[in-house]
Amino acid sequence: MSPARDTRTRKGSAAPKAAKKAATSKQAEKTWALAGRPATAHSVDLLEAMLRIRRFEERCVELYSAARIRGFVHLYIGEEAVAVGVNEALSPEDAVVATYREHGHALARGIPAEAVMAEMYGRTTGCSGGRGGSMHLFDASRRFYGGSAIVAGGLPLAAGLALADRMRGQHRVTCCFFGDGAFAEGEFHETANLAALWNLPLLLACENNLYAMGTALAREHAQTDLAMRAASYGMPAWAVDGMDVEAVEQAARRAAEGIRAGTGPHFLELRTYRFRAHSMYDPDRYRGKAEIEQWKARDPINRLIERMREDGELGDKDLAGIEGRVTDEVDRAVEAAEQAPEEPVEDLLRHVTSTSAEVS
Amino acid sequence: MGSGGHPEEAKTTYREAMREALREALRADERVFLMGEDVGRYGGCFGVSLGLLEEFGPDRVRDTPLSESAFVGAGIGAALAGMRPIVEIMTVNFSLLALDQILNNAATLLHMSGGQLPVPLVIRMTTGAGRQLAAQHSHSLEGWYAHIPGIRVLAPATIEDARHMLAPALADPDPVLIFEHGSLYNAVGELAPPAAPVDLDHAAIRRPGTDISLITYGGSLPKALTAADELAAEGISAEVIDLRTLRPLDDATIAASVARTHRVVIVDEAWRTGSLAAEISARIAEQSFYELDAPVERVCSAEVPIPYARRLEEAALPQSADIVSAAHRAVD
Repeated sequence: MSPARDTRTRKGSAAPKAAKKAATSKQAEKTWALAGRPATAHSVDLLEAMLRIRRFEERCVELYSAARIRGFVHLYIGEEAVAVGVNEALSPEDAVVATYREHGHALARGIPAEAVMAEMYGRTTGCSGGRGGSMHLFDASRRFYGGSAIVAGGLPLAAGLALADRMRGQHRVTCCFFGDGAFAEGEFHETANLAALWNLPLLLACENNLYAMGTALAREHAQTDLAMRAASYGMPAWAVDGMDVEAVEQAARRAAEGIRAGTGPHFLELRTYRFRAHSMYDPDRYRGKAEIEQWKARDPINRLIERMREDGELGDKDLAGIEGRVTDEVDRAVEAAEQAPEEPVEDLLRHVTSTSAEVS
Repeated sequence: MGSGGHPEEAKTTYREAMREALREALRADERVFLMGEDVGRYGGCFGVSLGLLEEFGPDRVRDTPLSESAFVGAGIGAALAGMRPIVEIMTVNFSLLALDQILNNAATLLHMSGGQLPVPLVIRMTTGAGRQLAAQHSHSLEGWYAHIPGIRVLAPATIEDARHMLAPALADPDPVLIFEHGSLYNAVGELAPPAAPVDLDHAAIRRPGTDISLITYGGSLPKALTAADELAAEGISAEVIDLRTLRPLDDATIAASVARTHRVVIVDEAWRTGSLAAEISARIAEQSFYELDAPVERVCSAEVPIPYARRLEEAALPQSADIVSAAHRAVD
């Protein structure tokens, strides 16, 4: 059920003396195995959540090509199982810190597609009032703290959100998404050390999509077994098949339960792949077509559909119903964004400081 | 600690005044906590937080690893979650390791989020030279921070400001950076009970005068006051302006002073090129050009990494004699 490359690294299992470039299979102790399948209604929710992200972003490609939206647009297509699976393990009281590739996180967190699309359009009805754009989605009411376009820059901030909860005795989780590129930054290691040292309720969700922009994992990391390296900070760390939404959800639930129980930070290496280029500007010359096709064969959405069909949980009508709902939702979002007001230039200096927010 | 429970009735130091401000803040608000390298057991690398760990415990006086980016960023996150962190960075030189967090997160989150995410954070750090600590512990980079929209930059130059600036800084809903010049910590003086809370929007005229305006802040204020004494002995009446707040700059006080004196010397321990002194000069040129009877003079640090050797360090820094000379150039 679970691919062979899924490994699970337990606390302390990774000997620090492990030779550079040690074979990852030697670090793998146990295979992450799914413990049963969720109920049908839940599977439908997972599928719908993933399809919402997929269709939303496919529309973004069209809108970008038509110059309706601009800026750097980083697509999440192929990685939907990660955002959806992890978010299922979080409650509304928890906090989420995301990256610049965060349409999926934002939608999975429940920010309405209309608010996200309006932000892409730079309209006042956008979830950041048009000041952030694709890379800076925020929603304080949903404890969604971005939207950081500095690789690894969200990690210390997430530690601080978790620190506040710990100091006040609140049993909440702060989840920070970041990529394999961030793992090479000092800020990841500073944060992992601080979080483990202070026993912070922090879920470190590393989206290992094998590329830091255009640089392959093995070209950026001396040791590519990220879960093993995270475990060296003394925190539970697992590698999970990031193309299997149900596996992601279960791993995230388990981590979140541990964090709520007060056992400190947990690390998940979610092994995934982006089907599209790094951003709309990227000609994607650094990876082969065969590799991309190989991963597309593991498309998390098709995979769940197939699984549900096999188990008799999904018929053609059900699927058409889900597709219809998300397509309508995206259509409405685009329509609303097209008609949404633009902020007057007189308001340019608002939100620089809290007092300048009062400028009319 | 020496001032005990009645700090305001006795002689005190800048260091003790700062500590008393921290103690008051920690007592007044459960959300306040102090975080930084060596702030706890060690008592603060400049002794500012000595005794606070014993009084408030390790949760609220929190020693951090040597991870400026992580603990400054954690301060930002905690502030977002409703806490009121005071983060201490040992020196402005080390703050560069956290510059990403300060600039890309603390200063910008409010704007990028369309007003949703204010960051009520205070960051304190030392700045400046004069103690033979050489290049990596002696620079004055507060002007760089004053360049950034979205943050407030303070430079308490007096014992009163050390004691009474922290409370209004904590009350500010946005990030506030406080720069404490290392040479000021041992300054001794009487601390009068405050007449009013420190006004963080306005500069202070520390000495009124009619012939020339000496505009300065932080560690250069004592030097400017000494220079003003010397000038007074020569019959030149110098007005000394303590900027107090480096961002936002109080243009009105500067312009009013120039309108009175028509001559200006700006004293800034940072390098001349691209300095705060350069910004102030430009503003005077823009706003007060026709009030000027002489070119604006600037007394800044020499364009050199601050040297260790004492006589070289002294030569690199603005000194009272340099200020007096500059004033003569403007007046004569």
